[in-house]
Amino acid sequence: MEGKVKDLEGLLQQIVNGITLGSIYALMALGYTMVYGIIRLINFAHADIYMIGAYVGYFCMTFLKLGFFSSLIIAMLVCTLLGILIEKIAYRPLRNATRISALITAIGVSLFLEYGMMFFVSANVRTYPEMTGIMAKTMNMGSLVISMQQIILVSITIALMILLQFIVKTTKIGKAMRAVSMDKDAAELMGINVDSTISFTFGLGSALAGAAGVLVGVYYNTINPLMGVVPGLKAFIAAVFGGIGIIPGAMIGGYFIGAVEVMVAGYGGSMYRDAVVFAILILILIVKPSGLLGKNTREKV
Amino acid sequence: MKKLVTLGLTYAIIQILIMTNIISDYLQATLVTVCINIILAVSLNLITGFTGQFSLGHAGFMSIGAYVCAFITLRTPTIYGFLIGVFSGAIAAALIGFLVGLPTLRLRGDYLAIATLGMSEIIRIIFLNLEITNGAAGLNGIPQFVNWTWMFVFVVATVLGISNFIKSAHGRACISIREDEIAADAMGINTIKYKVTAFVIGAFCAGIAGALYASYFYFIKPDLFGFLKSVDILVIVVLGGLGSISGSILAAILLALISTYLQSFPEIRMVLYAAALIAIMIFRPQGLMGSKELSLEVLGKLGNSLKSKRGRV
Repeated sequence: MEGKVKDLEGLLQQIVNGITLGSIYALMALGYTMVYGIIRLINFAHADIYMIGAYVGYFCMTFLKLGFFSSLIIAMLVCTLLGILIEKIAYRPLRNATRISALITAIGVSLFLEYGMMFFVSANVRTYPEMTGIMAKTMNMGSLVISMQQIILVSITIALMILLQFIVKTTKIGKAMRAVSMDKDAAELMGINVDSTISFTFGLGSALAGAAGVLVGVYYNTINPLMGVVPGLKAFIAAVFGGIGIIPGAMIGGYFIGAVEVMVAGYGGSMYRDAVVFAILILILIVKPSGLLGKNTREKV
Repeated sequence: MKKLVTLGLTYAIIQILIMTNIISDYLQATLVTVCINIILAVSLNLITGFTGQFSLGHAGFMSIGAYVCAFITLRTPTIYGFLIGVFSGAIAAALIGFLVGLPTLRLRGDYLAIATLGMSEIIRIIFLNLEITNGAAGLNGIPQFVNWTWMFVFVVATVLGISNFIKSAHGRACISIREDEIAADAMGINTIKYKVTAFVIGAFCAGIAGALYASYFYFIKPDLFGFLKSVDILVIVVLGGLGSISGSILAAILLALISTYLQSFPEIRMVLYAAALIAIMIFRPQGLMGSKELSLEVLGKLGNSLKSKRGRV
């Protein structure tokens, strides 16, 4: 990703890399956006669920010698349980507390996971095992290099997004999710079990984060307990960019942030790529706080 | 008058302890850290606890103060250079606070938190990449001018300044914004103006704290002022109670004691911090002190009521 882009092929290469990175951000952004949509909370711990997903994938592959897909599914399951557990223990008692208390709790959970992980598995960087077989192949088109990993990563992301859209749009629990995010009290009066719907939302978002974690581990090879912090913030920025609470918005935002970051790095500003993303955030918040696809709502008393 | 006497006594006792070497160099460094944390926590409390604006960027303002003061004292290593450095650092931080606050304070709650977090990360990245700040290696050999006397003066000035601000009409306006922004607006309070004022004062004090930090520990680097530092300050404010200045002071002292005790287990320290943060929010969201203040009068009343109870028995 380093180095300056010189020609068209270089640009295409950057676009390929941008789509790969954007997929990760989009997967994580979906979790942020769903949770925010349903309980109006920035779930800081989401980034650490992604980190734990990466570690679960690592342990499955290294110690249990499982294949990529089974590790992916195990990581998603573990993260689902973790997400539900976190919601039950930390967020549910604060459902009716002020926004600031909920946000501070979320930061607390995030630090707890990071440093708890650091305590148990040490702060050392760990390396994913080498991929073999079809996962190790690359395709060359002229000077353009696309690895099989990139293709698998992007296809899994897209498959998960389609699955998510299916769940949210057509199933009963999806309908319940949309109802709760629109009006919690009214949903409850209509006989929807708000608690279990919120649990389900956390589980769904965490599963996606876990998948993103394993994909990142495979793609970038190295993982560490603090790996989630910066991507987590960027994924949140992606969610804000697309309009928080709006699922297609998070996807668009993810790919946009991924592309911007890769382009900034590609054109020689790699030291400033995080700063550029944060600047985009501040700009969006000032110009259109509701995001690209969001509608303006007036705050009521 | 009573206040003056207590302040004078506190200063004198600690000064004597330092002069007689009962407070060792190590303890003195802890003492300075406590003082810096008090300034940071009290000023963040003004923004978050009293005005209700959740800021996650306090470390950013601190770093501006630290770097500006470091530059000036490195060039003019005299006591005047130091004082000019502290105030220029504070003014620079306040200026950035104004520039950032004016557009972002229109945002509410969590959006503001993320925007301030982004701002402080941008500041950190800029310091990391500039040539004059010596990048990730940081600045070394900053002349040390801060001693207990200066520390005490700045802490007292900040705490008195902020508590007087809160008791003034402006401060009341800030509190009304915390309680209900829309209602405050409807009552004719210029909410944007007061939010920005609180933010700028907070940034100014954070700048002072940063400058004192640079001058005492004679070494600064951008990583010292990351997200975790902002969280550290936030933990103090939350533990002490959002809206209680004496709470912030107590919490700063308490946390310094705990972290001195856990010095050799940094990971456990952070895990405990995190668990404490969650537990406080769930079981006592108002913190140790709530929005109450601990003062001599309260202590006196407490003593009197104990006495009268005893008298009755």
